[in-house]
Amino acid sequence: MPKLAFTPHLRRHAPPAASIVAADTPRAALELIFREYPQLRGYVLDEQGSLRKHVALFIDGELRRDALDSPVADDAEIYVMQALSGG
Amino acid sequence: MQDTLLIGSRKGLLVYRKGTDGWQLLSQHFLGTAVSAVLATGGRWYAALQDGHFGPKLHASDDGGANWTELEMPAFAAGMEGAPTLELIWTLVAGQDGTLWAGGIPAGLFRSSDAGRSWSLVESLWQRPERAKWFGGGYDHPGIHSILVDPRDPAWLVVGISCGGVLRSRDAGRSWENASTGLWAAYMPPESKEDPDIQDTHRLAQCQAVPQAIWCQHHNGQFVTQDDLGKWVEIWPAEPLSNFGFAVAAHPLDPLTAWFVPAAADDRRIPLEGDFYVLRTRDGGRHYDKLNLGLPAAPAFHLVYRHGLAVDDQGLRLAMASTTGSLWLSEDAGENWLRLSAELPPIACVSFA
Repeated sequence: MPKLAFTPHLRRHAPPAASIVAADTPRAALELIFREYPQLRGYVLDEQGSLRKHVALFIDGELRRDALDSPVADDAEIYVMQALSGG
Repeated sequence: MQDTLLIGSRKGLLVYRKGTDGWQLLSQHFLGTAVSAVLATGGRWYAALQDGHFGPKLHASDDGGANWTELEMPAFAAGMEGAPTLELIWTLVAGQDGTLWAGGIPAGLFRSSDAGRSWSLVESLWQRPERAKWFGGGYDHPGIHSILVDPRDPAWLVVGISCGGVLRSRDAGRSWENASTGLWAAYMPPESKEDPDIQDTHRLAQCQAVPQAIWCQHHNGQFVTQDDLGKWVEIWPAEPLSNFGFAVAAHPLDPLTAWFVPAAADDRRIPLEGDFYVLRTRDGGRHYDKLNLGLPAAPAFHLVYRHGLAVDDQGLRLAMASTTGSLWLSEDAGENWLRLSAELPPIACVSFA
């Protein structure tokens, strides 16, 4: 199952360690985490459900802001990071 | 007296308090994060944050900043036409009935009847057809910078939009009418300069004791209405006083007194020839006092942004802060100023608590 981890910048709102999630897209993985951490949603996604403009999504080390709804491999590593833009 | 001052800066919320040693920095909150709006009402402080990465946020404290709780954010509904997303809360206001109002960029007006636990978009304003004509002034999207809740009736609202003119509601936001008659726009072609829907109001301020009096710092001039928005009248400061600027504060008791902080022009957002001063009228705009005792000598590059000037509820104490990080206090209606610091971050907003 994919692994999902968040930037330490979100440590007040996100799981303290990487999570193993039964999900086939980054969005599905996020939704599972949001159930436990509802406040995290507004930090990662805007009200339209899009990735916030200055949040970076990495899949297996590759920056993939376009891949929120793309299928990921069963052993994928998904990282939600703070972009260097927007600071 | 209102002895506490909330300062929303690029790098956090700063709280100043007047004690036996004068005004001192009391506490700092949300360090590193921009604060776009502050409000103190009923013993509660609200701070709207503009996190560059993780979006706008809203926090409240019921114990003078010792503890903060993150509140629900005003937001556009998912799936709305155009998929709007709120970039920041530009202004926060409380009505005497306890209703909270938030104005945003983009120009959504949001209402909360439960002290910020939940919010709803005022659809009647958002759906007005002329919204298609509104445009951003300095920002990509138009925004609501001023919300006036009339002291006579909390259902009487006035909003200022940059750039969308002045709109008024007499039924708590169910219906709206434009109230921009008399404003004119130097940045438009001649045939459009009086178009009410594109007026770039920078800031509105209302006299609390005589609420028929409302002042406007507009993109190209200062205006006042003394007849409940029947007509805006332009007031021309004599040369070399300047009519560009962002901030205006209305005297809470005297409908003829207001303060402005002019800058040179829209293409030179600095004091005219480096001469930094506060402009005050005490006769409804016929004459002006140029107030600069205690303010830095020319050349000074301070710009005071639209929420960077505040007056207390007596009309005597003023606070003013600049985008270059200076903070001043006046205890005598602007005659004399004392700089509390020149070392602060860029400041967006100040408010007495």
